[in-house]
Amino acid sequence: MSGLIGKAGRRGDLVQRALGSTRFTDDLHLPRMLHGKTLRCPHPHARIARVDASKALAMPGVAAVITGKDLPERFGIIPWTPDEHPLALEIARFVGDGVAAVAAADERTAAKACEAIEVVYEVLPSAVELDTAITKPEIGLGAKRQDNVSKAVDLAFGDVDAELAASEVVLEGDFHFEGTAHVPIEPHCAIAQVDAAGLLTVWSTTQVPHYLHRELSRVLRLSPARIRVIQPPLGGAFGGKSEPFGHEFTAAKLAMITGRPVKFLMTREEEFYLHRGRHPMRLSFKVGARADGTLTGIDARTQIDGGAYSSFGLVTTYYSGQLLTLPTTAKSYRFSSTRYFTNKPPCGPKRGHGSVQPRFAFEVMLDRLAERLKLDPIELRRRNAVAADSKTINGMRVTSNGNLECLAKVEAASGWKERRGKLGFGRGLGVASSAYISGTNYPIYPNEMAQSAVQLKVDRSGVVTVFNGASELGQGTDMLLATIVADELGLPLDCVRVVSADTDLCPVDLGAYSSRGTFMNGNACLAAARQVKAKLIAAVAAKLEVPEDAVFVTRGALCVKGREGDAVPVDEAIKLAEARFGALGAVGSYKTPPKLGGEYRGGTIGASPAYSFSAHVAEVQVDVETGVVDVVNVWCAHDCGKALLPTQVIGQLDGSVYMGVAEAIFEEHLISPSGLHRGPNLLDYRIPTSLDVPAIHSMIVESMDPEGPLGAKEAGEGPLHSSIPAVANAIYDAVGIRLSRLPFSPGRVLEALQQRGRG
Amino acid sequence: MPEALVTLSLRVNGDDVRVAVRPSQTLLEVLRVGLELTGTKQGCDKGDCGACTVLLDGEPVLACLTLAVTCEGRVVQTVESLTREDPLVDAFDCHGAGQCGFCTPGMLMTAKGLLAKHGRPSRETIKQAISGNLCRCTGYGPIVEAIAAAGEGRRGKKDEEPLPAPLPSWEAPKP
Ligand code: FES
Ligand code: FES
Repeated sequence: MSGLIGKAGRRGDLVQRALGSTRFTDDLHLPRMLHGKTLRCPHPHARIARVDASKALAMPGVAAVITGKDLPERFGIIPWTPDEHPLALEIARFVGDGVAAVAAADERTAAKACEAIEVVYEVLPSAVELDTAITKPEIGLGAKRQDNVSKAVDLAFGDVDAELAASEVVLEGDFHFEGTAHVPIEPHCAIAQVDAAGLLTVWSTTQVPHYLHRELSRVLRLSPARIRVIQPPLGGAFGGKSEPFGHEFTAAKLAMITGRPVKFLMTREEEFYLHRGRHPMRLSFKVGARADGTLTGIDARTQIDGGAYSSFGLVTTYYSGQLLTLPTTAKSYRFSSTRYFTNKPPCGPKRGHGSVQPRFAFEVMLDRLAERLKLDPIELRRRNAVAADSKTINGMRVTSNGNLECLAKVEAASGWKERRGKLGFGRGLGVASSAYISGTNYPIYPNEMAQSAVQLKVDRSGVVTVFNGASELGQGTDMLLATIVADELGLPLDCVRVVSADTDLCPVDLGAYSSRGTFMNGNACLAAARQVKAKLIAAVAAKLEVPEDAVFVTRGALCVKGREGDAVPVDEAIKLAEARFGALGAVGSYKTPPKLGGEYRGGTIGASPAYSFSAHVAEVQVDVETGVVDVVNVWCAHDCGKALLPTQVIGQLDGSVYMGVAEAIFEEHLISPSGLHRGPNLLDYRIPTSLDVPAIHSMIVESMDPEGPLGAKEAGEGPLHSSIPAVANAIYDAVGIRLSRLPFSPGRVLEALQQRGRG
Repeated sequence: MPEALVTLSLRVNGDDVRVAVRPSQTLLEVLRVGLELTGTKQGCDKGDCGACTVLLDGEPVLACLTLAVTCEGRVVQTVESLTREDPLVDAFDCHGAGQCGFCTPGMLMTAKGLLAKHGRPSRETIKQAISGNLCRCTGYGPIVEAIAAAGEGRRGKKDEEPLPAPLPSWEAPKP
């Protein structure tokens, strides 16, 4: 350790991105490159009877057209549920499903050529609404065509019925969330190229280069040894780039056919149809408690609208229940979640995968219980808090746990005790708390190999290069690894380079999802850096003829205890070590400890080597004339184990709160009954501008995780969860209404206020 | 019928350039593809996100809504004209005013236009000025602070941040 870890201040990695030297995917332009466009189905559910591309092919500038038949293999992120085709093979399942793809000299020609393709559709009965999917199983969108079910999970821990029957208070509540989109400012883009030796290279805006590599190989029927995937830095992702997409395959296929590089850049409209956003859910909760506030039982039933394909749906369905047993628990817990297919853009993982919606429901239930029991809502959470170094009711191992400290921090910072309930009609405070995984021990496809790995190459010039498979999305993993290495070896930060997410150059990392980066990639990197450090120390000790344990690393040099004058500069130490050991390098890897989860089917889903904890207090001002909810302040305390890069951690907390509050008060992904998106652009699907955000007060809590790299855990997704229920509970404190349907738009607020007035 | 090309002369980042464009092409397309100035980003191509903001005769404009032919004889400034020593750029790094950095070039150009007009804009004025530049990562707080700091001639939160280290000169050791 040489003093780089835990320093607030400069972000350090922004200048290249800010000034245009970072090349994002769409910034790459290859010689002779063609541009691709996808023809998309205008019906929510249709059989493709005939496709005639002859007119398109005859247009000047058009190089090739492909249809589903050219890529008949299915794909999907979860190996058990591959149900997508790069282009619909026989059946298109939502408005926007790809039907044909064109490569042409430029984008305009490609778009015109798409219009010239003649397709005959036989329109099929569809289930655009979740209700239709539930009540009309004969539509047959499920795997066996007998119903529309994508996945059902029923799990029970303890005797919920008995516990609820013996409770002093049992409350019931229904909640509804209609779905939201990720909306990174950078759209999806992919470029494919085949060289003369037959090597296919795909540059893509993906968070999962390794899975893309595997799926490209399967779908294209090409050995993985003939494919290289490169993920350039991403302009934001938030979970929306964490599975393979049709255009990645069509770019590759068209490059193989034409022998020329092919680029697909999605329009903003296409972004809203590719989607994979947060699942719409309907949740019914029953929660019981004793008079002293002990929670007795939770009974949750959830219907999930999955959209047209499986995506991560298997995991989503588990997460909708499995992640609710921390940080506040009951004596018994049961959940029943069913994900249905509908003829809508497919849903997937968005920041806080599967667990944001039930968190909203549960934290509002806790607020109601606290009121009924005349307990402070923070006190209710304290009384039912899961302890550090324990096991949850569903068998998850808990190690470090900063939950109580998070609650204490937001309680103090918001003036909770003095101010809550005393701000006058229209203004109020609300609290919520939550927990999230730091990576999962479920590796998507079963295997015994490392989940993350890093390779270090040490150069005589004093530069160390980190080759790492992880994906930089803007969350700062590259900077994190550079800092870990520089700190261990005493190097200046600018002498550590990071090469990321290139399957030819970097060892495998499973990808940037499940908040696994800091924990898994950080641990892999630390392991590699420590091997190099040991060699530097050995070489310096030999040179100075002192025992190895007398040598330590400081900024810029290796020193000997008690003989500080004998410092050997790090670049000198590198030369000494290379002379002594030969070429210098190291590999480090990380794998989760075995047996983290419960001993039942699905017990590993949601099992994580560490959990992060968050607590939020929101302050709102409700305008009773207009129904507008103004979120004035949000205090957010988050236990990230140890803030290795505090500026980046605070950035993640700020960004999570921003995104969560937007989902609470105005974002809503709406599909009309015809299957068309209600407003697939940034004017209609409004995301917050600088004028719409609350004052965000982010606070770091450090619980020093025993297995995290230098004590660290995740910070990117956990802190979103509490935002929505904290706002909901604040609205109740302000004006006494409980809104069960998100977002809390002016119309809904006014309606609830009127009902309250009547009631 | 393919459109006839017209020759366009304009001044970009201090250089006089002549470039052949189609009348339907936007300034964004000409900058990114024709002139290979990819620092200016495309987030929507519809005027909704602000990622493509550049200065046209000193005023922030959306390059995706500006037809290239309307820029004849005018002065365009893109993010490539800024340097790491620029106090505004430096303040962005000091404040963590960008994460993925995709909105940052547009945000910087809007801020440049603002600072040229109001030396020391208030936070309210800054929020108004950048309200057409969407950022999905930061929640805007650090961006507002960075622009305010640059306006006040500060870099870091209290000016505690050292300047970015100058790139050192170096001489090869004698053998
Ligand atoms: S690209 Fe111009 S405003 Fe979005
Ligand atoms: S920094 Fe990512 S969009 Fe602004």
